[in-house]
Amino acid sequence: MENHIIDVRNLSKKYPSGFHALKQVNLQIKRGEIFALLGPNGAGKTTLISIICGLVNVDEGQVVVGGFDVVKQYRQARKQIGLVPQELAIDVFAFVWNTMVFSRGVFGKPRDDAYLEEILKALSLWDKRHAKIQFLSGGMKRRVLIAKALAHEPEVLFLDEPTAGVDVELRRDMWRLVEKLRQRGTTIILTTHYIEEAEEIADRIGIINHGEILLVENKQDLMKKLGRKQLILQLQHPITQLPDELNGFVLQLGENGKTLTYDYVDNQPTNHVTEVLAAIHRSGIELSDVQTKQSTLEQIFVSLVEDSK
Amino acid sequence: MNWYAIKAIYLSELHRSWRTPLQSIASPVLSTSLYFIVFGSAIGSAMTEIGGVSYGAFIIPGLIMLMILTESTSNASFGIYMPKWSGAIYEVLSAPVSAFEIVVGYVGAAATKSIILAMLILLTAKLFVDYSILHPLWMLLFLVLTCITFSMLGFILGVVADGFEKLQVIPLMVVTPLAFLGGTFYSISMLPEFWQKVTLFNPVVYLVSGFRWSFYGTADVSMTLSLVMISTFLIMFMVFIWWIFKTGYKVKV
Ligand SMILES: Nc1ncnc2c1ncn2[C@@H]1O[C@H](COP(=O)(O)OP(=O)(O)O)[C@@H](O)[C@H]1O
Ligand SMILES: [Mg+2]
Repeated sequence: MENHIIDVRNLSKKYPSGFHALKQVNLQIKRGEIFALLGPNGAGKTTLISIICGLVNVDEGQVVVGGFDVVKQYRQARKQIGLVPQELAIDVFAFVWNTMVFSRGVFGKPRDDAYLEEILKALSLWDKRHAKIQFLSGGMKRRVLIAKALAHEPEVLFLDEPTAGVDVELRRDMWRLVEKLRQRGTTIILTTHYIEEAEEIADRIGIINHGEILLVENKQDLMKKLGRKQLILQLQHPITQLPDELNGFVLQLGENGKTLTYDYVDNQPTNHVTEVLAAIHRSGIELSDVQTKQSTLEQIFVSLVEDSK
Repeated sequence: MNWYAIKAIYLSELHRSWRTPLQSIASPVLSTSLYFIVFGSAIGSAMTEIGGVSYGAFIIPGLIMLMILTESTSNASFGIYMPKWSGAIYEVLSAPVSAFEIVVGYVGAAATKSIILAMLILLTAKLFVDYSILHPLWMLLFLVLTCITFSMLGFILGVVADGFEKLQVIPLMVVTPLAFLGGTFYSISMLPEFWQKVTLFNPVVYLVSGFRWSFYGTADVSMTLSLVMISTFLIMFMVFIWWIFKTGYKVKV
């Protein structure tokens, strides 16, 4: 079994309007992981997912799912994929149970009522199985879409902005379900423009903007960047250069000579914060204020997105 | 072949009709029956026989054609247009199904529904008009071919249309007039010579004529020509659908 369940290689997409929605995208998704694709509106998240799922044509490059090319071997590739679309796109005149049977069938699986029942129960939809979708609330319709995507027991589940406009309860149920699916070995890829969401559940995070993947990292590594802090010292009297006592520490002197900043990593015994402060004390520099600043994922994200403009 | 998918599409499309039985079943049966009552029983008795067939019986094959042409077209076009419009089409387009399987599911369901309607109307007609079917197997063949052909036309319209209005235009402005002028209510030999020639450009003439031949053994054009024409339309629409999917025209960007 190959390590990567999804392999996107040099994928480019230009819409007929001439808009370049994806530019040479490379992305590998590991089997069984939860991957968050993070990016602002219009970044190309839905376009990328749509190409993997076969909804939008490939212009250039290749996408392989579970070892199968999504164009040449679309049957084998698509069998493994379940998609929960961003929009509430559903036949509102259908009944919940029928639409589930339809979803499973259209993905080529024989009927399995026990399995469908299990999914509907997991999504608190079992009581609504005879309801016409039209009469369900927006949140319930989204649950139906999730249930439909799982009806054929996919290996990979795409959730396109799953929590946009969703109530707290559904959000909680959804993450519980995602956790359960992960334990079964299902790979989950979700798109979002909420950073907290990515932080909350993803194993790895990819950041996309203007059709380009800017960064793909383990959440832990990102958290390390997240844990990066700055110690900012305001001086009583401006200085022109660092006193000798502070040699050996990487300190930046502000332009007006009245601030010193020290970059360090949060909660690390070797971050030398004590030593820096002791050295400052020895040098006789008088402080007027001490401040620490945390660089959040938000800042990382914003600076990446700014840079890519 | 993804049989489960064909079955799923086919059954859910048929199910769609049962959701609105008044509109999809009672209404076409009733409106066609009105013709039998008016032309078959009421006015028909005052009309002369055509080719040895009472007027009431004469119009049955034409009326059934009229009904299945419009029903097949509008049904199949709605069947594919609705999910396109609501966005729900994403599911079928992302499923492991070929274009062929999609077409078999949607067109097969629309055609099945038209065949059931035709049968219901044949039964209803018995209440008002005395008729018999000379070649039942040929009758079935013409019926099935016509239902499939016009369901394919509907499918094409549904894929190509980008608004509800456009969806209605072809059935209302093209199919219905052609069906009315295609010899539903008269034998084309009753027309002036010039119009007899013009009428031959109306494809529906061949469908009605062949279908009527299977009932009474009399026809405006030869039964073989009718069969050739209907098969030609069938193949024409098939090729067109194949082209739509091959080029992705109005399906994917
Ligand atoms: N069918 C289309 N034709 C032309 N442009 C499109 C089409 N679909 C999306 N786009 C454009 O491509 C860009 C990326 O869209 P999308 O993938 O939906 O972004 P995201 O999901 O990250 O918000 C947007 O600027 C959008 O306007
Ligand atoms: Mg999107």
